[in-house]
Amino acid sequence: MDLKWNEFIITGDPLILGAQISILLGGIAVVAALTYFKKWSWLWKEWLTSVDHKKLGIMYILSALLMLFRGGIDGLMIRTQLAKPGMEFLDPQHYNEVFSTHGVIMILFMAMPFLIGLINYIVPLQIGARDVAFPYLNNLSFWTFFVGMALFNISFIIGGSPDAGWTGYTPLATNEFSPGPGQNYYLLAIQIAGIGTLMTGINFFVTILKMRTKGMTLMKMSMFTWTSLITMLIIIFAFPVLTVALAMQTFDRLFGSVLFTLQGDGNPMLWVNLFWVWGHPEVYIVILPAFGIFSEIISTFARKQLFAYKAMVVSIVTISVLSFLVWVHHFFTMGNSAEANSFFSITTMAISIPTGVKIFNWLFTMYRGRITFTTPMLWSLAFIPNFVIGGVTGVMLAMAAADYQYHNTYFLVSHFHYVLISGTVFACFAGLIYWYPKMFGHKLNEKIGKWAFWIFVIGFNVCFFPQYFLGLDGMPRRISTYLPEDGWTGLNMISTIGAFMMGLAFLIFVYNIYYSWRYSPREKTGDAWGLGRNLEWATTSSIPPHYNFAVLPEVTGLDPYWDMKEKGLDQQKNTDYKPIHMPSNSSTPAIMSALMGMAAFGLVFQWYWVGIVGAVGIFITMIVRSFDYNDGYYVSVEEIKETEAKANK
Amino acid sequence: MAHDHNVNPNAPLEYQSEAGRLNITGFWTFLGAEIALFSTLFASYFALQSRVGDGPTSIEMFEAGLVMIMTMLLLTSSFTCGLAIHEMRANNVKGVIGWMIITLILGAGFIGYELYEFVHYVHEGVTLGTSAHWSMFFILLGTHGLHVSIGIGWIILLLIQLARRGLTPKTASKVFISSLYWHFLDVVWIFIFTCVYLMGMVN
Ligand code: HEM
Ligand SMILES: [Cu+2]
Repeated sequence: MDLKWNEFIITGDPLILGAQISILLGGIAVVAALTYFKKWSWLWKEWLTSVDHKKLGIMYILSALLMLFRGGIDGLMIRTQLAKPGMEFLDPQHYNEVFSTHGVIMILFMAMPFLIGLINYIVPLQIGARDVAFPYLNNLSFWTFFVGMALFNISFIIGGSPDAGWTGYTPLATNEFSPGPGQNYYLLAIQIAGIGTLMTGINFFVTILKMRTKGMTLMKMSMFTWTSLITMLIIIFAFPVLTVALAMQTFDRLFGSVLFTLQGDGNPMLWVNLFWVWGHPEVYIVILPAFGIFSEIISTFARKQLFAYKAMVVSIVTISVLSFLVWVHHFFTMGNSAEANSFFSITTMAISIPTGVKIFNWLFTMYRGRITFTTPMLWSLAFIPNFVIGGVTGVMLAMAAADYQYHNTYFLVSHFHYVLISGTVFACFAGLIYWYPKMFGHKLNEKIGKWAFWIFVIGFNVCFFPQYFLGLDGMPRRISTYLPEDGWTGLNMISTIGAFMMGLAFLIFVYNIYYSWRYSPREKTGDAWGLGRNLEWATTSSIPPHYNFAVLPEVTGLDPYWDMKEKGLDQQKNTDYKPIHMPSNSSTPAIMSALMGMAAFGLVFQWYWVGIVGAVGIFITMIVRSFDYNDGYYVSVEEIKETEAKANK
Repeated sequence: MAHDHNVNPNAPLEYQSEAGRLNITGFWTFLGAEIALFSTLFASYFALQSRVGDGPTSIEMFEAGLVMIMTMLLLTSSFTCGLAIHEMRANNVKGVIGWMIITLILGAGFIGYELYEFVHYVHEGVTLGTSAHWSMFFILLGTHGLHVSIGIGWIILLLIQLARRGLTPKTASKVFISSLYWHFLDVVWIFIFTCVYLMGMVN
């Protein structure tokens, strides 16, 4: 690809220029601060090379919040452009880029890492383990995700963003109709991050299966752990499909194959199928852990064991199987036979059965419970009705014949925002607030938190509820403007106002992080809410020491920590310490991932020599790793005693 | 926990340490993902099989003799790889290294023939861009060939480690895992042989 300098760095758009300047200034500020406070080696040794699942969890969550900001700005730009007919805020090309990056970032670089971050932090604690099965791999997963994210995000300042939608449909995404580096960024950035996700899937699958503490059988695991286990299983079978699909489109774009093109007898519909064979399980990857989080929070603050635990487990397993059998519902209108459409219509509707079972389980958990209305509980309560609206409209979309009316209209847009925001995003907020004291040793301020909650939930409904009607009124998705005669002006304006309310709520949420860091009282025990039921609350200190448990807990039933409290057993009184074996930090994953980023960057611009140099570098780091026989180290009994004595003082 | 050295001396060497056991379970899980990966490639191959455009069909290009040699090489290598693990159970490092070297030579022979086949097609004018059918052919076989090549490089590294450190629970679990990988690639090849070559030569 022969690019001139001014085509390489994107110029001429005031919005992008503003972003470039603020990124530059922000970058300089961060570097200056780290240098001034002499924090570079601390950052590298304590965080970036850490294999501690808790620190990795926090790094995932921070990245996800950053992406929520970036994706949120994209969303607000879309809504600004659509607020009135004939707006000239974004030109059509820029509009296409913005909705494409918005979708990719929100699903792959916000929702997934947010949930994976929470899983990283909490699941090993809930199963009473000291780390994950493959701590080194865990660090590598984080870095591949991070590099993929970084690569995707620089596209809008260097070379240009992808503009073929988050679905990257062919033939639109082929060289013929999407020339330039944008779509290459999409393919390579998601490829790198996806490999990281697959490694996470394997890692946590084995962790949950093999590293549970004594007495914790599968049917004694917390619901969040169960949903994580099933999510990992879905990842293991769905992500390779994405890997192959992305590689195939990459071959079409870079190496001249003709799989999805209009020449050479290619078949563009094959991409659409492969994308959704991954894509539909993907939406369950981001919703199942959310279900787990709500289950934890609802049973905690209703002070009751989760209602019908077994039915819950059966329904998530059923959902995971069905999630692989419904992908055609994303393209009922694209020329399938009536038989195929009927089959996929029925499987899709079937998914709402186990989902409905879960809704009733949550309601019955609260029935006759003594409910405390904390902010995490408020988010969970708001989830139920909002998610039901998303689910019901999903079933409407599932009727193939009716979908000819709804497909690719704002009705669909509203459906998936109702499930993704009130499901996944509410869960991320709820989970973060709920487990915040576990991560940082103090709670988030409840009063500010409730302001953020109400503004967000109202803003969300103001933004998306009108979109159902816009859709029924025939407003298609992915259009950059419309005419006054279309009659969509009023509802669009309302929708835009709602979007800005959500933006405001996000700012309040972030302010709350700062405020609480300054002013919230520090927690004195491991059980910050006083109502904890699972083992993550059983640690001595509010923030667990790096080895998590000085003595591994033993489990006899569901809700083991609640059990211990009821029986008056104090996990912390057990001082029969033994030396603890822990894995060592490693710097190869960060280097290996950086080299992957370099190779991919080269391929984006078809500078093959950069790709080759990067690939050679990756192999060298792998060889170094293969010869690394570092087996970790032992924490001595004295050190454990010291740490435990200092806990919460 | 994971990395506790709670050794179980009665199990085979590769299963003795907790880390070894976890690595083996992890690798089986990874093979599950690999099955999903190759299934997707096969499904795509079937979807595009008849899409030959102006290019030739499989039947016009394939040569039975070449494919038979490749198949024999890879199947034999799987057998010698099994013998290496057998020697590992008998705690004979030299035996492991010896059989593994033979395995690698057979694997390299397979890759050599595969490259020859690809180059031959390109000379005949059949390339990645000839038709969707041939794009998918090269990608499916290329993915398998790349796996075998990476396997060769990986096992060479392990052999160096074996020569230096002898058989320990750690080296043993590494070698055992690489053998699982090798057998897996053999199984994939059997599917390629059947679905791509045999069916391609019949149609
Ligand atoms: C009751 C369960 C659900 C049903 C019956 C259902 C049904 C559907 C159907 C039929 C479509 C395609 C409509 C069209 O393209 O015309 C669709 C799209 C979509 N759904 Fe759902 N859905 C359900 C739950 C979910 C959940 C839980 C999520 C995510 C958390 C989700 C996320 C999406 C997304 C992202 C799209 C559209 C993607 C795109 O085209 O860009 N859905 N849903
Ligand atoms: Cu779907």
